[in-house]
Parts: sequence; C-alpha cells; structure tokens
Amino acid sequence: MTDKKIIATISLAGCFGCHMSLLDIDERLLEFIELVEFNRSPLTDIKKITRECDIGFIEGGCCNDENVENLIEFRKHCKVLISVGECAIMGGIPAIRNTIPLKECLEEAYLNASTTIKSNDKKIIPGDPDIPKILDRVYPCHEVVKIDYFLPGCPPRADLLWEFLYALVTGKPFEFKYQTFKFD
Amino acid sequence: MKHDITSIIKRYNDDPTRLMDILIDVQSALGYLSDSTIEQIAKILDVSRVDVVQTVSFYHFFARAPRGKYTVYLNDSVVAGFYGRENVKEAFDAAAGIKFGEVTADGLIGLFNTPCIGMNDQEPAAIINERIFTKLTPAKARILISGMKAGKSIDQLMQEVLESNAKPSLKNSMIENNIIKKGAVIFSDYIPGSALKKVLNLSSLEVINIMKNAALRGRGGAGFPTGMKWDVARKIHSRTKYIFCNADEGEPGTFKDRVILTAMPKLVFEGMALAAYAVGARDGIFYLRNEYRYMREYLEGVLKEMRADRLLGTAICGKKGFDFDVRIQFGAGAYVCGEESALIESAEGKRGEPRDRPPFPVEKGYLQKPTVVNNVETFGSVVRIIQNGAAWYNGMGTEHSKGTKVLSISGDCANPGIYEVEWGFSVNDILKMAGAEDVQAVQIGGPSGSCIAPNEFGRILAYEDLATGGSLIIIGKNRDLLKDVVLNFQRFFADESCGSCVPCRALTVVCVKLMERVIEGKAAKTDLDDMISWAEIMKKNRCGLGQTAMNPVISTIKKFRELYDKKITAKDERFNPGFDLKSAVSDYDAIVGEK
Repeated sequence: MTDKKIIATISLAGCFGCHMSLLDIDERLLEFIELVEFNRSPLTDIKKITRECDIGFIEGGCCNDENVENLIEFRKHCKVLISVGECAIMGGIPAIRNTIPLKECLEEAYLNASTTIKSNDKKIIPGDPDIPKILDRVYPCHEVVKIDYFLPGCPPRADLLWEFLYALVTGKPFEFKYQTFKFD
Repeated sequence: MKHDITSIIKRYNDDPTRLMDILIDVQSALGYLSDSTIEQIAKILDVSRVDVVQTVSFYHFFARAPRGKYTVYLNDSVVAGFYGRENVKEAFDAAAGIKFGEVTADGLIGLFNTPCIGMNDQEPAAIINERIFTKLTPAKARILISGMKAGKSIDQLMQEVLESNAKPSLKNSMIENNIIKKGAVIFSDYIPGSALKKVLNLSSLEVINIMKNAALRGRGGAGFPTGMKWDVARKIHSRTKYIFCNADEGEPGTFKDRVILTAMPKLVFEGMALAAYAVGARDGIFYLRNEYRYMREYLEGVLKEMRADRLLGTAICGKKGFDFDVRIQFGAGAYVCGEESALIESAEGKRGEPRDRPPFPVEKGYLQKPTVVNNVETFGSVVRIIQNGAAWYNGMGTEHSKGTKVLSISGDCANPGIYEVEWGFSVNDILKMAGAEDVQAVQIGGPSGSCIAPNEFGRILAYEDLATGGSLIIIGKNRDLLKDVVLNFQRFFADESCGSCVPCRALTVVCVKLMERVIEGKAAKTDLDDMISWAEIMKKNRCGLGQTAMNPVISTIKKFRELYDKKITAKDERFNPGFDLKSAVSDYDAIVGEK
C-alpha cells in the first residue's frame, strides 16, 4: 500500500467533463487504483487534502476566490500539478466573459436577464461572506501557480489521460503524439 | 462627395489593384474613410465591401473616423523617448485639452502615436498633416497647438518652430540630412546617366555578371546576392516584369533611405533603370512609406527631370527598345510591408501580409509576374559598380561583405546621423566616430536585430559577423534598458504583427504582458524560461519579421541576464508572483459595495 502514489483531483471553473473523461478509461480504472490512492477528489468526496500528495489533477481555471484558494492548497500539497483540459490551460468557455467588464456580466446575470428581471425586484447583485467573490476575469491556472504539465483537450481523451497518468505514476516513458495537440 | 470618389477612382482606371492609391486620395479629399465611403468605393470597383475594409483596417494611417483638421502623429520610437518625448506628449495633451488617441470636440485637432517615422537623428519628431516636425520641445508643442487653434497653415506652423540655425535639406521642410561621413559608393560625386550610357554597349548578361563579380548583396538586411536575383528574373520568359524599389524603411532606428533619397534620388532611379535593362523589365514601382509622403513633389519632380533627360521613359539614352518608367506607390503605415512579398501584396491594394514561398517574387511577384525587389541603397550601389567596375567595388570591405554600408546612427551619442563606411568597421570604431561615451548597449539592425553588450564591441559590421540593414541605436548607461528599450520594441512588434501566423500574433502580445510584469518585479524565473523557449516557436512564422519579433527580449535575456535577474524577487517559485488576489477581486468588491 505504501508505494502507491497519492493523487488529488479537483474541478475549479470547469464542467466536470475532464473528470468524466477520466472515468472513461473504463476497466483501466481497476488497474489505476492498484497504482494510486485518491485523496481529495470528487471521486472520494474528501473535502480537504489530508496528506502530502504526489499528483494534483486540476480541471478548470479560476473564476472566483474560492478557486484560487483551492488551487493554492493543491500547489502547497502536491509535488506535481497538472492543468488538465482547455479551461485549466486557457480559461476555456468561462473565459469568454473576459472580454466583457465584470459589472456588465453581473448586471446581465442578476438584473437584466429575462429570468431575473421580474424575480429580483430589489435589484440585488449578491455579495456575502459566504459566497465566493468573482474575479475580474477568468485566469488560467498557470497565471496563479506554477503548473508542471499541461494536458490539452476539451476534454483530453480518456486514452491520453490514461497513457499520461500511467507513465507519470510508473515512471515509464510517455510519447506525446503529434495528433494529441494537432486539432485541425 | 460621390462625384469626388468617382473621379478619383477614374484616375486609376477603376482598377481594384490600385486600392492603396485610391484610398489615400479619397482620404486626403474627404478627411477619413467612412462606412458609406467604403461602400461606394466597393461598388464602383465592383468588389465586396469587405475587400475594401480589410485593406483600410490594416494600415494605421487609414482613418475610419475623423482624426481632426490637424492630425498630429507623434513618433513613439525608443530614441524619441530618450530625447524627452513624454514631456512633449504631455504638452500636446495639456494644450489641446485631450489625450492621445482622441480628437477635440470641435474636430480641429487629433493626437495620435505612431511608430518610428525615420527621424531618429532629430527627435522627438511628429507628422502633422503629412509634413514632418523635428526636434520638438514642450514649448514648441504649445506653439503648434495655439497656431492650430488660430487656423494657421502648416507652412506657417513650421516657420514658427523652425530653429534659426537649422539647415533643412528640402524646401518647406525642417528635416536635416545630417550626413556626417561620406563614403565612396553612395555619397560621392555623381553625374546622372553615366552608368546608363555605359551599359548600352553591354548585354543584359554582362551587366548581371558585373554584379556577380562585384559580389553585391542586398542592402535591406537579408543580404541576398543581387546578381543572382537578377539572373533568375532575366531567365524567366515573360513579356511583363517589374522592378520594385523597397523604400518602406520601417525598421525603427533606420533613416538612411530617407537621406539617400533626399541627397541622391537620381542615383536610385538610375539603379532601377539598370536593373530593368538587366532583367528586361519596362515598369518600375517605387514603394515609399507613407511617413515620407512629404517627399512626393520632390521625387515626382526628379522623375520628371529624368524623363526630360531621357534617363527614364521610352528609348532611354536614345536606345530603341530600352523603355522603362517608374511610378511612386505609397504605403499607409505598416512595418511588415518592408518584407518584399508583403510589400507586393500592399502594392496590389491588399493587406500587407507576407506570402508563402515558393514561389518567390522573382518568379511570381507583382500581379503574378517576375518581380525584382531591391533596397534603395542596393540600387544606388548598382550605379557605382557599373561606373567604376566590379574590381573597384570588390576592393572595399571584407571577405564576404563588399563595398560600403550606409549606417543610420542615433541614440546616446554626440553626432547622430548618416555614416557611410566600408564593411568591417568594429562597433568600437563606430562609437568613437559618433562620439558615444558610457555606452550600456548597442542595438544593431533595429529591434529585429540584436542588442549587444560592451564585451562584444570589438565585433565587426559584416554579413559574416554583425549583419545589419544599417541601423545602430546607441543606448547609454543611464537608460533603463528593459523599460525604455525592450518593452518599447516588444510593443512595436505586438502592434505591427500582421496577424497571419499564430505564434507572431499571440506571443508578441503575451510577451508584452510578461515584460510589463518583469519590469514591475512580478515575474518568476520560469517566465524568463518560457520566453526563451518561445524563440524556437517564433521561428515557425512565415516571414523574417515574425521570426525575429521576440529578438529584443531574447537577445537581452542572453546578454543582459543580470538586469532580468534583479527584477525576479519572488522567493517561492511555486506561486506566480504576477497574480494578485486583492486586485483580482477589487472590481467585484466595488460592484457589491464592500469596503
């Protein structure tokens, strides 16, 4: 048990698609859990990292201060941090808002959208210590902490995730095929 | 107004490939290019609106909104910065009551920045309504603005700020030539037509062989053998061939072509005619950067004289069948058009985006015809080689670099200006000539060249060592190399990238942001490693300009690493010092009203 690598995973401003892709390694999951022990992860429902980890698997970029806090926690406790997928690497779909000032985004969401225009009659944009603060823009993870590896894709294919994680955990060579990063 | 547009387009035979000229003339008649103007131009030329828009939007002198009755384009070059540009800018701002990038509410004055306008030896300089104002000061800026408010003409404005000891090189101009050292090739006694008369008895192949024997290499920077280029064009069978002179001179810090054209214009045009004779071309196009539009009348006059003297036109020097003429094609403000295939695209009325090669312009260039593109200085050298022979030319310079080079020297030195020297001079020799002391670095060949440190000042200017298109910017010890020089250059590249290749389009912008962080002390060592690793990716860009667009950062990280290391203060490398949570949430705090 002790030679198992410890892995933690998280979805920040992502859609859990990268995690779904991880599940798509199918029966290889059985082989995987022989090699690693999951610490904090949606798969274990552990809410805080409980011990030093070998690998941190990051899905999604940072759109609020809670994302930042979690990412920093991962960086502090994981030897190797991986940005997995478009959102972690570039901000992805959430970063579409980066061209629009935050004020306009929040007004559209809370004041002017057809679903809120009638229900939010006090014209409140929520601000409360219990809810995360929205950042001025969506940041890719490497703009907040040092990232060791970047796995592209939306989501990265299950085979790619498997081949990469397998190589990382076992220390075997990994070939980054041209098709992996050539999309058009 | 519609009538104006129609008659202007008629002037160019309704030819869409003359779109640049059409747009320049229409803008000069109407002040700017509105959406409806663009619509009309497209309709008359029978092209789509977008075809016109894409050209208009590419060049920074084309205005889609009014830019003022008086439009000030203040030069934003590094050396202008050395000579107090910021103070001049603030004086313009304050006097006009607007910020740069804006036009006064009454539409009278517009203030804009523009990249290097080729006046590095007389900075700070500005273009105001196509005329150039040099050696500006805050006081002069205030005089100019109050003159504009009083409705004075450009000539009157110029008189008011012209210094009494100034020696302008042209009528109605403030610009000085500042030729400090004359050499044997370009700046020496010259009788127009003598080379043309000499070649009449030679075959085209003989002319080309003389160029080959002289080992003349292109003076634009790349150094391609001129004779070889001409020979390819000569051998291609085509009834139509073109000779292009590249006078786009957009590399910041370079101004030699401006001076050559002012002092020796006939030498250059005669060189074009010689090239035409050698390759069998009848049409010449002289592509001149828009910044030099003040030379238009002067150069048109020179061409007229040469036609009258039978040095251009039909039956040149009385030789039947030797017909060649030159027309001036203006650009509209785009650095990348100095790249020969981009220059050809631009001359065809399109965005100045470099073409894929092959085919090379010499095979399929302007309008898909064989086209020889050479630099101003190259054509000048050609004339001398014919006059004095290959052996004479060959006797000057070094093993792989023959003849002389005209250098544009500027920055922190006593005597900025034009120096024509034989190849093989060391940087030290040149610094001594220019009267430069306490030198921190020398930028050779403009931003796309390299920045060298004092321990390399023994190196020589030659294709085999420090190749250069001719610009040397001397940077004194008192300058902040990263902020005043490198950041300026990287911003220039981010602005001037044509956007065609992803690495050039994206990484130039990312590089500016990273450099800003480096300067603020918010970068990590890994940021420097990243930038170094991008140098390889930049090599995948299509054109030479894109390939070198990160040279300012790369060459200074290599040679002035300690300046960068001083800025890297972060202790814990696991966290990116560029990210500041407090400022990232400040917008939100303000919106929800949190203190």
